[in-house]
Amino acid sequence: MKRSVTLRGESFHFTDLRELMGCANEPKAGDRLAGIAASSERERVAAKMALAEVPLSAFLDEPLLEDDVTGLIIDSLDREEFANLRSLTVGELRELVLSSNFASEWQRGLKGALTPEIVAATARIMSARDLISAAAPLRSVTRCRNTMGEGGVLGVRIQPNHPTDDIAGVVLSALDGLMFGCGDAVIGVNPAGDAIENVVALEHALQELIGAVGAPTQSCVLSHFTTQLVALERGAPVDLLFQSIGGTEATNAGFGVTLQGLAEGREAVLASHATRDGFIGDNVMYFETGQGTALSVDGHGGVDQLTCEARAYGVARAFDPFLVNSVVGFIGPEYLADATEIIRAGLEDHFMGKLLGLPMGIDICYTNHVEANQDTTDQLLVLLATAGCNFVMGVPGSDDVMLNYQSTSYHDAAGVRELVGAGPAPEFAEWLEQTGIFVEGRLAEGSANGPESLQAFAESIKELGR
Amino acid sequence: MSADLPDTLRGAVDVGGDVSNVTPARLLIGRAGTAYRTSTQLQLRADHAFAKDALNATFSLYESPMKELAERFDLFEVKSEAATREEYLARPDKGRRLGEGVVETLRENCPSGVDLQIVIGDGLSPLAVRSQVPSLLGPLLDHAATRGWSLGRAFVVRNCRVGAINDIGDALDAQNVVLLIGERPGLASAESLSAYLAHRPRTGDTDAQRNLVSNIHPGGVTAEDAVWRILGLVDAFMIQGRSGFTVKEPARPTSLSEGSGR
Repeated sequence: MKRSVTLRGESFHFTDLRELMGCANEPKAGDRLAGIAASSERERVAAKMALAEVPLSAFLDEPLLEDDVTGLIIDSLDREEFANLRSLTVGELRELVLSSNFASEWQRGLKGALTPEIVAATARIMSARDLISAAAPLRSVTRCRNTMGEGGVLGVRIQPNHPTDDIAGVVLSALDGLMFGCGDAVIGVNPAGDAIENVVALEHALQELIGAVGAPTQSCVLSHFTTQLVALERGAPVDLLFQSIGGTEATNAGFGVTLQGLAEGREAVLASHATRDGFIGDNVMYFETGQGTALSVDGHGGVDQLTCEARAYGVARAFDPFLVNSVVGFIGPEYLADATEIIRAGLEDHFMGKLLGLPMGIDICYTNHVEANQDTTDQLLVLLATAGCNFVMGVPGSDDVMLNYQSTSYHDAAGVRELVGAGPAPEFAEWLEQTGIFVEGRLAEGSANGPESLQAFAESIKELGR
Repeated sequence: MSADLPDTLRGAVDVGGDVSNVTPARLLIGRAGTAYRTSTQLQLRADHAFAKDALNATFSLYESPMKELAERFDLFEVKSEAATREEYLARPDKGRRLGEGVVETLRENCPSGVDLQIVIGDGLSPLAVRSQVPSLLGPLLDHAATRGWSLGRAFVVRNCRVGAINDIGDALDAQNVVLLIGERPGLASAESLSAYLAHRPRTGDTDAQRNLVSNIHPGGVTAEDAVWRILGLVDAFMIQGRSGFTVKEPARPTSLSEGSGR
């Protein structure tokens, strides 16, 4: 196996696959912080050249980590499909995923032969346009109370967070989002307080809201999954079970998460759905991830952040999720330093998630201590919409008043749908036409146009109820 | 008009034109096509500018309002391993460790083994410390004292990350540590404070062993509510002998939350 490269007379040697993967990564503050990044641009490209020659079988023969996530990845590999790929190199796989008939082969079964490490290796020898063009034809369709992920669908999560979880504030925020045509992916609140009573109250309020307006969508309260399960036991309506996850056993331990706990939680939610109406599928999990997560809880084990992120998707894949998104600018400048690194990571995460078969969305965002701004989110939003991203966030005015960061707004989501000719989930689109929020697939002139629109929306809901 | 609607909607619809009564979120702000109105666009830029500048704000124990607090509670300050603000942003690992000689300073100046040790960290918003801690620290220590707990001497950690709570636990062997730390500045508030709580924190502990009361500022969780929530969690730690995600925050008794203005 080739682990040495000579570039213009200068030799670069990489002792093992883990070192090679770290050096071949595009620049990321987190890899520099962990001390595993290339020490020069020459070394980076030398590593990419060496990596392109590595056969895919090497990733099974030489695991980067030994833990339960690696075990899960190995167990879920389709070995029959992998037999067709094992002699390919990473460089050859890049060309395969960019070839014009790849999507049908992938859909037929090839996706089962791709491991997170292989996908993460391939991403680092791809350009931004490669990442977009390769991802765009890959569809991951999931069903809960509607259908996400079909061609031409760009879903939006309404994120109506409130600094004290005030119910009227949360509901008003969600109504505003609905008037922009957002909310088909989920109406999902990050609670400010993790008290069970609080989570139960939010679950009931969101369910009452969805019932009252008649929108075919699902709710979620993004507390720790164990809290949601206690709420479920107390009779709260849990549509989607949320949890932040990472790509190593140590990271998940840092989050208070075990694979068995997630499996049991999923079973509990499925059992509760069987007793409620309106569910058209059994995708009931919602996961969030992000590059740098493993390092932030000291759980990376010397593995670079792109690979750790892909391994988190390997975890997600095992639980047939309805939604998965990377929160790509949230973590801070020590992991993604600036707009360049955030945009690159967003495109990588979306590509890797899609290639692994996930219903991949992105929370395109930035915090105020990173060198990024509204233009950064605008740019990445347009790029990801062209890449066929499953869903993005809708935050009122881009300003999350609880989590204190900026994401994409209701306006942004409505705007980019029009720009790329995408629309909401089909069941939700039909409801938008009934309520008059959309007319012939476009946002109606009178909708989401100031306070008067809210009264008109309320009237149309009353009419529909008759 | 909205009499036929369910309560969930009626409350929100009736609030309609007066959004700021129920949320600081930017709702019902109109649009230009699908873009923001010009006033929205420029307000967002202005708020971002304030947040960026809050990162580099400072506070001093020799200037009001921290001066009065420092005198009343005999506050002193120490540093993490991060020497500068730039290093603090780039190297969170250094912000999580106490600087050289600080453990000795703490052992010389603070009683060890107390029931409750309060620590103040600048975090990402020194402005939040300056704005919230003066109205929080007194009530917190007063109410803790009425519970009969032994109290440590509070101090400030500069260039502080949440993980510094572990080194503090190692140094002082406190039963419970509460770290009041400035949150990353947001647009609606650049001066929001968090309280991270841990029972017998030690090297190697993670967020899984900690509890959090966030959004402490006048537009979010008020100082009065924060005091009750923090002490309620510490009560739970003392009873259960642990902290972290397995300890759920106790509900505040109804008689206390009435009148909180929510």
